[in-house]
Amino acid sequence: MLRAVSRSSQCAARAASTAPAGSQKGPNIVLVDSVRTPFVTSGTLFKDMMAVDLQKEALRGLIRKTGVDYKLIDHVICGTVIQECKTSNIAREAALLAGFPDKIPCHTVTLACISSNVAMTEAMGMLSTGYANAVIAGGTELLSDVPIRYNRKARKAMLGIQKAKTPMAKLQIGAEIVKNLLSPELPAVAEFTSGETMGHSGDRLAATFGVSRREQDEFAIRSHTLAEAAARGGKMSDIVPVFVDGKKPVTVKADNGIRVSTLEKLSTLKPAFVKPHGTVTAANASFLTDGASAALIMTEEYALANGFKPKAYLRGYQYVAQDPKDQLLLSPAYVIPKIIEKSGLKLSDIDVFEIHEAFAGQVLANLNALDSDHFCKTFMGRSGKFGRLDMEKINRWGGSLSIGHPFGATGVRLATHAAGRLKEEKGRYAVIAACAAGGHGVGMLIEAYGK
Amino acid sequence: FRVSAMLSRLSQCRVSHLATPFSRHISMSQTLSAGSVAVERKGDVAVLKMNIQGAKENTLNEQLSSDLRSAIEQVEKDDSVKAVVLMSGKPGSFVAGADIGMLKKAKTVEEAAKLSREGQQQFDRLEKLKKPVVAAVMGSCMGGGLELAMACHYRIAVADKKTQMALPEVMLGLLPGAGGTVRLPKLVSVPNALDMMLTGKKVKADKAKKMGLVNQVIQPLGDGLKPASEATHEYLEKVAIDAARDLASGKLKATKEKGFIEKATTALTTNALMLDNVILKMAKDKVMKMSMGNYPAPLKILEVIRTGLVKGHDEGLLHESKAFGELCKRNETAALMGLFNGSTECKKNKFGQGKEVKEIAVIGAGLMGAGIVNVSIDKGYRSVMLDTNEAGVERGVGQITSQLNGRHKKKRLSLLDKERFMSNLVPTTDYADIANSDLVIEAVFEDIGIKHKVIQQIESVVRPGTIIATNTSALPISQIAKGSKNPEQIIGMHYFSPVDKMQLLEIITHEGTSKEALATATAVGLKQGKLVVVVKDCPGFFTVRCLGPMMAEAVRLMQEGVTPAELDKLTKEHGWPVGAATLADEVGIDVAAHVATFLGQSFGERMKGADGLLKEMIDAGFKGRKTGKGIFVYGSGKKGEKKANEDSIKILQKYKLAPKASVSSKSDRQLRIISRFVNEALMCLEEGIIASPSDGDIASVFGLGFPPFWGGPFRFVDLYGADKLVGDMNRYAAEYGIAFKPCNLLVQYAKSGEKFYK
Repeated sequence: MLRAVSRSSQCAARAASTAPAGSQKGPNIVLVDSVRTPFVTSGTLFKDMMAVDLQKEALRGLIRKTGVDYKLIDHVICGTVIQECKTSNIAREAALLAGFPDKIPCHTVTLACISSNVAMTEAMGMLSTGYANAVIAGGTELLSDVPIRYNRKARKAMLGIQKAKTPMAKLQIGAEIVKNLLSPELPAVAEFTSGETMGHSGDRLAATFGVSRREQDEFAIRSHTLAEAAARGGKMSDIVPVFVDGKKPVTVKADNGIRVSTLEKLSTLKPAFVKPHGTVTAANASFLTDGASAALIMTEEYALANGFKPKAYLRGYQYVAQDPKDQLLLSPAYVIPKIIEKSGLKLSDIDVFEIHEAFAGQVLANLNALDSDHFCKTFMGRSGKFGRLDMEKINRWGGSLSIGHPFGATGVRLATHAAGRLKEEKGRYAVIAACAAGGHGVGMLIEAYGK
Repeated sequence: FRVSAMLSRLSQCRVSHLATPFSRHISMSQTLSAGSVAVERKGDVAVLKMNIQGAKENTLNEQLSSDLRSAIEQVEKDDSVKAVVLMSGKPGSFVAGADIGMLKKAKTVEEAAKLSREGQQQFDRLEKLKKPVVAAVMGSCMGGGLELAMACHYRIAVADKKTQMALPEVMLGLLPGAGGTVRLPKLVSVPNALDMMLTGKKVKADKAKKMGLVNQVIQPLGDGLKPASEATHEYLEKVAIDAARDLASGKLKATKEKGFIEKATTALTTNALMLDNVILKMAKDKVMKMSMGNYPAPLKILEVIRTGLVKGHDEGLLHESKAFGELCKRNETAALMGLFNGSTECKKNKFGQGKEVKEIAVIGAGLMGAGIVNVSIDKGYRSVMLDTNEAGVERGVGQITSQLNGRHKKKRLSLLDKERFMSNLVPTTDYADIANSDLVIEAVFEDIGIKHKVIQQIESVVRPGTIIATNTSALPISQIAKGSKNPEQIIGMHYFSPVDKMQLLEIITHEGTSKEALATATAVGLKQGKLVVVVKDCPGFFTVRCLGPMMAEAVRLMQEGVTPAELDKLTKEHGWPVGAATLADEVGIDVAAHVATFLGQSFGERMKGADGLLKEMIDAGFKGRKTGKGIFVYGSGKKGEKKANEDSIKILQKYKLAPKASVSSKSDRQLRIISRFVNEALMCLEEGIIASPSDGDIASVFGLGFPPFWGGPFRFVDLYGADKLVGDMNRYAAEYGIAFKPCNLLVQYAKSGEKFYK
C-alpha cells in the first residue's frame, strides 16, 4: 500500500487514504467509471437482440462516457453464462463491434451469476502483476434467447450423415433425425451435480433459516420500492440508453422490471418451485433479465496520470465455495466475514453493503446465518455468531429482485452501486457479496475515493 | 470362493436389511416408564409425537399402543381440537415396526391372531376419527408403522435416505397383520401392493408419492440454524400442521377425484374375475417359481388381499388376522426370525475398532478382487487395485464402472457420488503404489507358492504394521502366514462372489493373529456392509468345509444316474437357491476339484469324493461356466441358455455307481445332500471353528444359500429333529459308511432332545 503512495507524488496527496491492512498488495486499483445498459425483463424490449449486441452497447457507452482513448486500454474481459456458441468469446466480438482496435486482446470468463465479478477481479490481477495499466471488465446476458439444441441422438445422426455412403444408410440416419426432432435439449436450469433447480434450493434455504413467506414478500417490496426511488432520484446514472431498431424503433433508457406492489397482492401468488408448501414465488425471486455492463479499471497512478477522476478503490476480493446442494446460495454468509476480517476491518467499519438478491428468502437466510451461533460455529469455525448486518446499509438503491439480474452483468452493477452509494451516503467502505451456481460466491471490498 | 449371482437374487438377501428395526427392540418394551406419546397443541391442531424414551427407533410395543390409544381418545373428546398430526418425536424414526417381542409372548395361533385383531381395531378407530389425521413421516416407517400411517387420512413424507416405507413382514414369514393387506391395495395399485407385500421392498418418499402411498412430499433441509435432521423435522411438523388445518377447513382434500382411466383401472384390477384369472394368478405363479412352495407367507398374502378386495374391509381384516395367527406359529417363521436376529448380531463389532484404515489395497483385479475394491471405494476408502498386467487392471476397472453405472441408472446413486467413489480408486500395476495402504487384501490364485510370493512382495513395500488379509477359500491361514515376516499381521478375509451382492464375510484368524488385525478386518468388513462371521483356522474354514461334503454327495448322486437337470431340480425344490449341478459349474469344476482333493487329504475318508471323475472333466476342458462347458454347456451372451453337456455325461457314466434303492427316494436324496452339510457344520461347532450356532446359520444362509426357511444347519436340526436326522443318517451310513456317520454333538442332541435355540 505504501508502495502505491510513493509511486506517484501526484497521487500521494490525494491517496492519503491507504488500503486497509491485509488487503491485497500491489498498486492501488481504482474503478474509473462504469456503465450498464438498461436491465430489461427477458422477452420484452431486447428480445430480438443478441447478447453480443448488449455487450457492444455497454462497451461503446463506456468509451463515450469516459472518453478514454483506445490506446490506453490493454485488455478487455467480459463475463457471460448462457453462451451463444456463435460468439463463444463474446468479449472479442463485442469489442470489435464496439469499434475497438483489433490489437486489444479480449477474453471471456464465466462463473454463473458472478461472472462479471470474475472479469473485474481478473482485471485487478492483470493490473497487480504489471501486465496492464487499464482494463475493461464487463459482462452480458440475454435470456430472451437461449440455445435450444437438437438432442444428442439427433446431433449424432446429423454428424454421421456425411459419413453415410449408401442412400439406404442416409435414409436411416434421416429417419433417426426426424424421430428426434421434437425432443430438443434445453439449457440446464438445474445444478449439474444435484439436479436441483436454484429456486427449489432457495426455497429450502429459506425454510432452513426460518425465513417466512411474509418476510420474503416484504423484502421484495422493499427492493422494488428502493429501486424505484433510486431511479426517480437519478441514482441510476450508469445507464446508457440503447437504441433498438425495428419497425417501431425505440430508445430504451431505463430498467423495466421495477414495479412496486402490495403485500396483499404478493401473498396471493402460488409457490413457484416447492409445491404446495413452498415460500418462493415469482414475486420474491429475481426474474430473467437481458442486459450488459462494463467498467473501466486502472491503477490509480495510471488513471491520475491520464487525467481521470476515479470513483472508488477496488481494495480486495475473496471467492468461496461450498456444498452445491444445501448451501448453494449461502456464499454471502461465508464471504462477508472473510473479506472484512482479512482487510483488518470490523463489521461496524462497513458503511455500505451491496448483496446480490437472487431470492428474497436467500438474502434473508444469509443474514440469519450470520446472526446464528450454530451456523457460525459449525460452518465457519468461529467462536460465535458474526452478527446481524444493519438492514439500513443493504441495497438501498434496490437489487437484483427489482432492477433485474442479467447473470453475466450483475457483478459490475453491484460495484457501481457500491461506489455510488459510498459517495452519496458519505461512507468509506463498501462490501459487495454475491452467490452463484455451484455453491460459489464472491466478496469485494470497495473504498470511497478521496475520503 | 465363488457362488453364483443367483444366490443373491433371492429375496432372503434383503432379510438382514430389515433386521435392525425389528430385532433390536425386543428387550426394550419392558424398560419403558415415561409416556411414549406427547400431545402438543398448536392452535386448533393437536400434534401427537411418538417417542419411546431411550430407544433409537420407535417400535409399536404395548406401551406405545396404549399411549397412542389414550392420546387419540383425548383429542377425540377435545372439541377445541379440529385436526391431528401424528408424527414421531425422533427425526430418524417414525415407527420402525411392531415389537417382535409381543409376538413371542403369543403362545398359540389364537393368541397371535388376537394380537393382530387388537392392532386392527385400534387402527380402525383412528381411521374412523371425525377429525382429519395427518401422518408426518420422517425416518423408517415399516411394518406396523406403515400400517399406522395408512390408517391416517393424509400422509406427508420426507424425501431423505432414511425415510423408507415398507411392509417387510413377508421376510419374517408373516404378513402385515394390522390392516395393511386391506389398506395398501386401496391406496396404491394392486400390482404395486403385491410388489411391496411379497418382496418387502422399501419405498422412498418420491416413489411413494407417485404410487399414491403418500399425499405430499417434503424435500429435506440442510444444516443451518440447527442440525439438518432437526431442522427438517420441524419443517415437516410445520407443513403437516398447515395441511391438517387445511384438511379440517376443507381447503385441502385428502383424496383427489380419480380420473376416468384411474377409475376404470381400479375397477378392472379389483374384481374377482380379473384377480383370480390374471393378477393373482400371475403373482402366484411367480411366487411358486421363486419359492418352490417352501414359503407359506407369500401365498397367504395373496389369499388375504383377495378377500379384502372382493369381500371388503371387515372380511379382509378377519382373514388377515386369522392368517397372521397361523403364520406366527410356523417353523419357517421361527427360522426367518432367527436369521433376523443372527444377522443383527453379525453387524456388530465385538472386537473393537482396531487400526484406523484410510487406504485399502487389493492385489488381483479379478472378479473377486475388483468386487472387494468396489465395496470399499463406495464406503469412502481410498483403494488401490493392483494387478500384474494392464489388461487385468482394465478388466477390474470395467467391472467396477459398470456396477456403479448400473446403480446410477437405477437412480440409486447420484452422478456426484458415483464419480466421487471412482475418485477413490487407484488402479495400478506397480507395487510402489500400495506403500501407504493400511490394509492389503490379496485375492490372487489359490496356490500356496503364489500366495507366499505375493505376501513377500507386499511386505517389501508397505509400512511396518500394515495388516495383510488373504482372500482364500480353503488354504489354511496358518500356512499362508508362514510366508510372512509378521505372521501376527496375517488374517483371512473370505469374501463371496459376487462381492457386491453377497453379504457374508468369513474372517479367519490363525493361532498367532493379533487382536488388532482381527478388530481392523472386522471393522472394515462391517463398513463394507458385510455380515461378519469370525471363524478359526482349519482347512476350508467353516463355509467351504461344509460345502465340500455336500458337493461330494451331489457328485455321487450324478454318478448314481441322477441327471444334472434332475439334480438341480431336486436341490432347488428343497430350498437351495441354486441347483447343486449349476453351483458346481459356477464355482468352477477345477476349483471344486482342488478344494475336494485338499479337504479329502485333510479330513480323510469322510470327505473323499470322486477325484478321478473331476480330473477327467478338467482335462477335457470342462471347467464350468467360465470355460463355457462344465456339467452344462453354456450358450454365448450374458445369460446364455444352458444345456446338458453330453460329453461330461459320458465321463459321468464311466464312473457310474449303482443307486441303492433304499436311500434313493427323492426325499432321501435331498436329505443326503443337506445332512452331510449339517453334520459337518455341527462338527465345526464341536471343534470350536465357529463360536455359536447362530454364526454357523448366518454363514450357511448368507454365504452358501442354505435354504433360508430352515434358518441354517443348526436351526434345521432343531426344526427337523436331531433324533429323526440321526435315524436317517444311520440309514445312509449303512449304505455309504463314514460319510454319514452322525457326529457326536448330533448324537448327543438326539439323545437329550436339547435344542440349539431355546
